[in-house]
Amino acid sequence: MISQLFILSSKGDHLIYKDFRGEAGNDVINVFYEKVTALPGDQPPVVMSHRDLHFVHVRQGGLYWVATTTSAGSSPFTIIDFLNRLAALVTDYCGSLSEKSVQMNFALIYELLDEVVDYGYIQTTSSDVLKNFIQTEAVSSRPFSLFDLSNVGLFGAETQQSKVAPSSAATRPIQSSRDQGVFVDVIERLSVIIGSNGAVMKADVEGEIKVKCYMLNCSEMRIGLNEEFSIGRSTLRGYGAAVHVDECRFHQAVKLDEFDDHRILKLCPSQGEQTVMQYQLSDNLPSPPPFRLFPTIERDNRGRLLIYMKLRCDLPPKSAAINVSVSVPVPKGCVSLSQELSSPEQRCELKPQSRSLVWTVPRCSGGTQLSAVFKLDVPGLSSASMLEVGPVGLTFELPKLTSTGLQIRFLRLTPVQPGPSQRWVRYVTHSDSYIIRV
Amino acid sequence: MPYLGSEETVKELRRALSNPNVQSDQLRYRNIVLKVIRAMSQGVDVSSLFSEMVKACATVDIVQKKLVYVFLCSYATVNPELSLLVINTLRKDCQDPNPMVRSLALRNMTNLRLPSLVEYVEQPLMTGLRDRAACVRRVAVLGWAKLYNLQTRSEIDASVVNELYNLLRDPDPVVMVNCLRALEEILKEEGGVAINKPITHHLLNRLKECDIWGQCEVLRILQRHRPQSEDELFDILSLLDVSLVSPHPPVMAATLSLFLGLSSGLPAVSKAAIERVRGPLLAICGSASREMRFAAICHIQLLLCSIPGLMGAHYKRFFCGYAEPSYIKQRKMKVLVELVNDENVAMVLDELKGYCTDVNTDTAQAAITAIGRIGRSYSDKCLEILTGLLGLKQEHIISAVMQTMCDLVWVCPQCSETVCVAVEGCEEMLLDSQGRQALLWLLGMYGEFVSSAPYTLETFIDGVRSEASLGVKMELLTATMRIFLCRPAETQDMLGRLLHYCIEEETNMCVHDQALLYYRLLHCGIEETRKVLQGRRSDPSLGVLIGRPAEPISQWASSFNTLGPLKQNNVEMESTSRKTPELVTFEPKSNTDLRDTLTCEPEENFHSGSDRTTEKTDSCTPVLPSSPGLPLTLSLSPALSPEEFEHMWLEQQPPQSEQGDGMSKEEDYLCLEECLRCPNIFDCSPKSLQAAMQLVNIQMLAFTPPNTLPWRVYLYTHTQQSNSVADTPHSSSVRDVQHTLILGELQYSGKGNKKHAIKGSISDGEVVTKDWDDEREEEEEKVVAYGLRTDRTQDEVKVTLKQHPKDEQVLKGFISILRTLLHTLSSEGV
Repeated sequence: MISQLFILSSKGDHLIYKDFRGEAGNDVINVFYEKVTALPGDQPPVVMSHRDLHFVHVRQGGLYWVATTTSAGSSPFTIIDFLNRLAALVTDYCGSLSEKSVQMNFALIYELLDEVVDYGYIQTTSSDVLKNFIQTEAVSSRPFSLFDLSNVGLFGAETQQSKVAPSSAATRPIQSSRDQGVFVDVIERLSVIIGSNGAVMKADVEGEIKVKCYMLNCSEMRIGLNEEFSIGRSTLRGYGAAVHVDECRFHQAVKLDEFDDHRILKLCPSQGEQTVMQYQLSDNLPSPPPFRLFPTIERDNRGRLLIYMKLRCDLPPKSAAINVSVSVPVPKGCVSLSQELSSPEQRCELKPQSRSLVWTVPRCSGGTQLSAVFKLDVPGLSSASMLEVGPVGLTFELPKLTSTGLQIRFLRLTPVQPGPSQRWVRYVTHSDSYIIRV
Repeated sequence: MPYLGSEETVKELRRALSNPNVQSDQLRYRNIVLKVIRAMSQGVDVSSLFSEMVKACATVDIVQKKLVYVFLCSYATVNPELSLLVINTLRKDCQDPNPMVRSLALRNMTNLRLPSLVEYVEQPLMTGLRDRAACVRRVAVLGWAKLYNLQTRSEIDASVVNELYNLLRDPDPVVMVNCLRALEEILKEEGGVAINKPITHHLLNRLKECDIWGQCEVLRILQRHRPQSEDELFDILSLLDVSLVSPHPPVMAATLSLFLGLSSGLPAVSKAAIERVRGPLLAICGSASREMRFAAICHIQLLLCSIPGLMGAHYKRFFCGYAEPSYIKQRKMKVLVELVNDENVAMVLDELKGYCTDVNTDTAQAAITAIGRIGRSYSDKCLEILTGLLGLKQEHIISAVMQTMCDLVWVCPQCSETVCVAVEGCEEMLLDSQGRQALLWLLGMYGEFVSSAPYTLETFIDGVRSEASLGVKMELLTATMRIFLCRPAETQDMLGRLLHYCIEEETNMCVHDQALLYYRLLHCGIEETRKVLQGRRSDPSLGVLIGRPAEPISQWASSFNTLGPLKQNNVEMESTSRKTPELVTFEPKSNTDLRDTLTCEPEENFHSGSDRTTEKTDSCTPVLPSSPGLPLTLSLSPALSPEEFEHMWLEQQPPQSEQGDGMSKEEDYLCLEECLRCPNIFDCSPKSLQAAMQLVNIQMLAFTPPNTLPWRVYLYTHTQQSNSVADTPHSSSVRDVQHTLILGELQYSGKGNKKHAIKGSISDGEVVTKDWDDEREEEEEKVVAYGLRTDRTQDEVKVTLKQHPKDEQVLKGFISILRTLLHTLSSEGV
């Protein structure tokens, strides 16, 4: 049971505060923020205590979502899951999650909190139930932009661009029923460790299918997955390019009667976002890991550290990775950096607080190879400090690509939607943790 | 944080609120109210606007009403008189045809938290319980709980309680769950809502209707239910099997918690349940929410206490992510340490090595500590990494490495050679006091092997005046004393200076007194000093505990799914902080009081890492064997490392061992096999077995986990037998004594003996049992705990002993000690 709930900005501004049980004073916000700031680094532990009050918090959208409870016997899973769910609800209702959107929609959030929690007990978090109670209109925090109009052709004519959803389409409040639409996202998170000899030591994929629904009257949705989709290690695989995962979990509301034969998920989506299916795959990726790195580290005669890097992108030629950022730990006391990069849009900078150099590549298409040379001035460079050039971490995004190969064959809605109902399917693979040892 | 000019803001808001023009325009009115709430949540004190806000409450605009209620509920306790004005509006709203308005009014009426309003609230609450709309009933039910907590001393109306019990059958699942919650609070003194069999079954049947929050609540409350029969228990468990692998972490955790509570008497069932949640737990470890990951990892740590092998194959899942926060990384490392085995040790160490240079110093130090922990079982590889890290020449790393090395040599004395080489030349890089203490301890203990030790100490002694840390000064004193004992020529002068400073100038009493103590000790002569200061260099009892014995599940079951495991430093590995051996009073224990000693906590005797009071400087316990007049003394020193043991054991292979009580003799050693009958020795936990053995100075070197077959224990001891009866333990070594070394193996293979496996399987929903002895019912729990039951008449432990040099008399004496010990232990077990 939750005693109080508050949302703080990262700078400690009070955005939302609600006391459900009146068990503790409202100075707890300051107590919490003092605890957070007193700790080194910006990663306070999830559970903190002050006298007999326990703070449990999550970070979402750059904000602290904090619940306090007086009983140490409360379930951490419940509280954490609830805070995450609350953040998701707020995102659904406000369109996006940021300090600004929370500030502008605080009345709506108070209203939500009032319905979601009573006397510290969670009542419901289903957006189907809540939509009957929520009266406040969301205020969109995004200013009007001419770009929104860019996909409307001259005199309303269809343009090529109207086949692509505007980037803002999925970040609007669910209440605005102006234009309806369904977004099905297949999101995969990749965590890979590649050894210094180039061997893949670990390759895990955590994936989920999310449905974001703006439909008001959608009774059933059918999502067809690849027919050769198989679950578990024991399942025999055919000759074709089968899609295989180790484990699979479905949302309670998903009906699986056609899943075994036809790989079809049936569900009645409620408004807002929900995770329909989660799956995971370890160590058996169908494709090679998207990036390889070939580093050479040496010391030149002027006592500088030279790092040559060759980054090879092993994606299929038509795909590309975007927002690639390579972070290389550098020895302590490194003062300056000079670099030679292969194209002007690449950037490189030295980050002293994280003791690393970060090489960013906005776009890297499949089959290409990038190289870079970094020269670091390290006073008192010894052979031991070469050891400090530790494992390289990569972050990137692979749009329109799933590393397991999972695809959505079709997406059908019943009753058949009149008018221009929009159904969007999006694929993306994120790097959760992509480490290449050197 | 209040804005500067907050008074101005309040004044302005008041003006706007009381402006009739604003009041007539609904939209403007609402906007002003909105501004008030905004100021309120930013921390401005707007309580003075209370009366204006009360007026704003009477409106048809629901949004404005909700906003005003938010305000009123926050400030009602400050303005109890004015709050009375609101009650009328609220009571009127309670009769509104719109259920949403009714529930809103009812909820806020009870949220005002004013004891003076209770009399006005009771009646609407009562009608609320019978309202047509579920949303009103939900609010009304919880309203009673709020009301009860407002006026705790008052007697709760029995009719309300009855009404709430009736509402457990409400068609709306949230109303049902709220009833449970309300009854829990109202009947707190009586132990909460009564959970009997019909209610349990009702709740279980409706579990599917509830959403995940409701399910968690129901599962939590069901923990109090005690099924009367095993059939009922397994019915419940099989019903809950689906929730156990639920994709929702809260439901999964609540179900497992319930499983562990219900099947506390059936460890096999608990174990099967834990195996079942492995998949879901691992999935949470990869969830997108970092906080959720953290919660899962912390709980996995708990599970590993009892089932160390649970995650063995999945160790890669606990490799740290690139951008994970340090709190997750540190927990993951602790889990990794538990998962190390022969196959993955190279991979894990490789991974941990990468973390040692982490930007976050805490993470780096945690990684080094983790490597040290693994070093207890794989010392060579770990020492190589640790000495390599010294080359990095970074203060925090060197300090952590020093501390880790200290812990390591304390447990594994065979590492000392490498450590002694590594220690040299580190002193100028050590800045923090813990690191320097560790270095001083190492120098003191191994000063004779570190050539530069006295000179390192000299720099410390020269700087003692500016030394701030008390711990460093104390450690410095002891270390100098110890080095003085082995290298007097080099140290004498500086010891004198140090003692002089500490006694004459030091203001801290602890340091002063300790220096004085050492000074007087030196007066007693060098032999006495040696006896006091040169104790054990390691703790052999810790060496065996590399694989921590599995704790019973019940030990942590109650803290599962609570905030406890997530708190910092909660699951602390047993620390191996070294301590300067102090003079310990030494009491010989005879056979007769063995039994008494065993009943007390064995941990007290040997296991507590920080408190090493039982450490005996030269411990020899005279134990009287059955034949009087033949005093046999067992002793642990010199300690035997596992490697040495293995070598000697294999070297002395018995030639074709005969069955039974066969004795085979060879030139220099004696091999003996004997069967000892001791029921239930397998039920005895390794900890207590070891504690018992330690009491008589037998060292257990290795043992199999309790539930494996064949069950084996390896042990060794040194015997000393002298002709003089009046031997004191300390002087015995100089007399005419015969030393022998005994290596032993206790084995219970189960082969040939009758044993019955008892399997508890959830899928069948019943426990399969065979050959149940009626009169031993109270033992059942114990037996099931290890999945194995031995027949009383047949259980014999095969004892294989190897003695070097041979001495039959002594060996017989030893066997009789062992027999007594095992018998005592097994009778304890019943």
